[in-house]
Amino acid sequence: MASEQVLKAADYATEVHNDWCPGCGDFGILRTIQMALAEMQLDPSNVAIVSGIGCSAKTIHYVKAYGIHTLHGRVLPFATGIKLANPNLEVICLGGDGDGLGIGAGHFVNSGRRDVNMLYMIFDNGVYGLTKGQASPTLRLGVKTKSLPAPNLNEAVNPLWLALASGATWVARGYSYDIKGLVSLIRQGIEHKGYAFLDVLQPCPTYNNLNTKDWYGGEDLKDDKGRAMPRVYNLASTGYNPVVQAPEDLDGKITQAVSRAMEWGDRIPLGVFYKNELVPTFEERLTTRIPNYMKRPPALQPIADSEGRPLADLTRLLDALAVN
Amino acid sequence: MAELKVNELAWIIGGAQGSGVDSSATAFARACAYGGLHVYGKREYYSNIMGEHSYFQVRVCGSPIRSHVDATNLLATFDAETIFRHTWHVVDDGAIIYDTNLTKTKLSDVPTIEARLRQDLTTYLMARGLGSTIEDMLKTAADRGATLVPIPYSQLLAAVANENNVDQLSKIARMVNMFAVAGSFGLLGYDYEMLAKALRAVFRGKAAVAEMNVKGAKKAYDAVKDAYPAFPYRLESTGFNGDRRVLMTGAEAVGLGKVLGGMRFQTYYPITPASDESEYVEENQIVDVREPSEPEVEDATAAGETGSVLVMQTEDEIAAITMAVGAALAGARSATATSGPGFCLMMEGIGWAGINEVPVVITLYQRAGPSTGMPTRHEQGDLRFALHAGHGDVPRIILASGDFEEGFYDGIRAFNYAERYQMPVIHLVDKALANSNGTMPIFDPDRVRVDRGELITDGWQGHDPYKRFALTESGISPRAFVGHPGTMFWNTGDEHDEKGHITEDPVVRNLMMEKRFKKLELADREISESEKINFFGDRTAEVIVVSWGSTKGAILDAMDALEKEKIRLGFLQIRLINPFPVEPVMRHLARAKAIVNVEMNFGAQMGGLIREMTGIEPTHRILKYNGRPMSSTELIAALRAVAKGKASKRQVLTVGV
Repeated sequence: MASEQVLKAADYATEVHNDWCPGCGDFGILRTIQMALAEMQLDPSNVAIVSGIGCSAKTIHYVKAYGIHTLHGRVLPFATGIKLANPNLEVICLGGDGDGLGIGAGHFVNSGRRDVNMLYMIFDNGVYGLTKGQASPTLRLGVKTKSLPAPNLNEAVNPLWLALASGATWVARGYSYDIKGLVSLIRQGIEHKGYAFLDVLQPCPTYNNLNTKDWYGGEDLKDDKGRAMPRVYNLASTGYNPVVQAPEDLDGKITQAVSRAMEWGDRIPLGVFYKNELVPTFEERLTTRIPNYMKRPPALQPIADSEGRPLADLTRLLDALAVN
Repeated sequence: MAELKVNELAWIIGGAQGSGVDSSATAFARACAYGGLHVYGKREYYSNIMGEHSYFQVRVCGSPIRSHVDATNLLATFDAETIFRHTWHVVDDGAIIYDTNLTKTKLSDVPTIEARLRQDLTTYLMARGLGSTIEDMLKTAADRGATLVPIPYSQLLAAVANENNVDQLSKIARMVNMFAVAGSFGLLGYDYEMLAKALRAVFRGKAAVAEMNVKGAKKAYDAVKDAYPAFPYRLESTGFNGDRRVLMTGAEAVGLGKVLGGMRFQTYYPITPASDESEYVEENQIVDVREPSEPEVEDATAAGETGSVLVMQTEDEIAAITMAVGAALAGARSATATSGPGFCLMMEGIGWAGINEVPVVITLYQRAGPSTGMPTRHEQGDLRFALHAGHGDVPRIILASGDFEEGFYDGIRAFNYAERYQMPVIHLVDKALANSNGTMPIFDPDRVRVDRGELITDGWQGHDPYKRFALTESGISPRAFVGHPGTMFWNTGDEHDEKGHITEDPVVRNLMMEKRFKKLELADREISESEKINFFGDRTAEVIVVSWGSTKGAILDAMDALEKEKIRLGFLQIRLINPFPVEPVMRHLARAKAIVNVEMNFGAQMGGLIREMTGIEPTHRILKYNGRPMSSTELIAALRAVAKGKASKRQVLTVGV
């Protein structure tokens, strides 16, 4: 699309039939992705959206940008390959909580260690939707959704903690019905220099009858005037500052993020928990080995002339192995 | 005095892992190669870091050689275990170099010798009325006529320490391995300057260490030189006939080929024996780029810049394959290298690359399975696995290299196939090829061409929107990279339509399935016969050997030897495993009276594949699966038996140390 044209959120939509259940939290997230792309006026030809497997992973088919729908749990290594081969691309990764924290947990941890400059969003609803509602890694111990035959036997993992422990340099949580807040978080995550992890709470109206829109909205918690008291609230509104500005801030900022990420139940914080741009990104680390990496990354190196003759010159290497 | 045997030598050096066996063998091989001699080296080691026995056999010859042999002409040792393990393979007119301090060491003092071998050795020594010391073991060889060459390593070491003001002998104790090498050359009457040059190459960048070794090792050389005039083996420099040669391992050859072929992204998870290639490429990740001559490079801005290979060590092999696929989507020539257990983890990623028509290369270094198997030992056991990797019908091209040179050129070819036919390519190599080294003519980059297939590089000019999976006559859809203007596409592991969106439509499903396999038919038509098979020897021979992969060298050396006995054979080497070269294989096997299927696995996997694809059943099988590669010695005997009509249908080769 030509750059002079102002793109609206609708310009980032495809004509593909959307087959999510009515009322699915995914709709809100899809909309916020399109809105964030429009807000940033990102050229769809330069954006790759990469997903795992599950209801959430179908998102890429509904967004007009390069869409790579990969394998269950493998969104991060696929996306890392794309991004490192061509770091000029804007890469956004998305998948479900089972995808990222169950089958893909190894990649979740190691992507934190790498700190590749990209955003990873988990659509977090506590269940495996597409396989009909089994307990996911973020469903709490002893909880029984209507899709489960008996209460959940496993403790939940805290995605924010795991992201912090793994080295993610931007850690945030959004909510699929907080459209404005979520658009802002997606944008901040894309703009963050380094690996950004965004956990997005979303209801699964079909299988998770506990963490519903009403529950997040606090319809069951009324104040003395009978008004709902939403469980979700904005961290920033409490004066919370997530940014590591100097190396000596690190301990305090991590501790504060861990502590606030423990909150659950009647009070669920949203927003940026932690942000640290002092850590060199993987791309920056690579330039210490390959000085022209950003200019000539793997996908942008000519490898042959127009006759197909390779451009690599092995003389130096062959000389080292030669015997005469 | 016995007739001299010049430039026909099988030399072994052994020792505990971590004691420098590799570098001493490299020094020996390089020194021989500097003199114009041809070298083939075979490395054997345990899955262990320190202490277990490893050894290197280096064969040296005045003419090209391609395999190892069972006999040892000269055994160079500096520990007890090597003497116990290898003495009985030393030929009657051979020699053993050993440490004078070790003679009283008993078999029971060497805990790393397995119970089975310990029992065999005990029986062997008792049968000769001997005890169980090194002295006894050496006596068995001396009784057969072998020459014993004692070297007082600790005295020599003390002298070196004294000259170089080294306060502790332990700091230079590793030098004994170079004493063993130098003693060998002294015994063989070879020019010491060749070893001096080799030591400077092995200790490149450590000039002081190199010079200390050069001077120190000379003491061992001088101690032995001219002292054993009856020893019949000699090495003499031959010089070169204007040809230029390299000495390298298979892993290096494959890595170099891939880099020349344009690989700019490689992933790996540490695994034996595949890691060697990735580590070699990573050490050399900055790639020199030649000055583009006419015709000009399309992207002129690249002139004068260096290239690079991004080598990613990933968290597991699932990440290795999927990351490599991601990089390929963005437009890099991208590969991963692994061995059996890692390849197991790559199945789903390979299927995804198949359905999304992604050019990715998987270099599969086979090793002994199943499961962890014998991680450092050899096998060709993954042919069927590579053929069936991934669930469902996944199109893939498989090629198998038979020697170092094929490893190099196939490394390039694999990318050309992958990009031209837009599918995963599995390049089969193995432990024997990876870890062996040899001299070979220097590679010729002018023989190499890069073929990237149908690509859209200047943006999409079409009237209708770009369709990544457009249905075409050939099955090939012009490919775009993520990020090329106007070429937006979608990928999914689900069945998909031309744009790449999910579909379960039964009609589209068939069209897509057929499209993907049309490409394989196209590959079968386009790939030249010389890239599909090699045929060696007598086309009219009644006995045709058929094999694949690294057994090639031993087969060719065996054929040369049998030729002298007037046994003439043909040898069909299958290089392209999939699409299977049905017609050439049928043509070459049709007339044969005996078809001898040679391969390094239990199940005769290629034999079964030939039968499946051609209906022709090999009449004989020569198989080996004890973890050690086939020697030409074993093959000579086994093939002779077939030619003389005295072989069983299934011969299992069992030699191995």
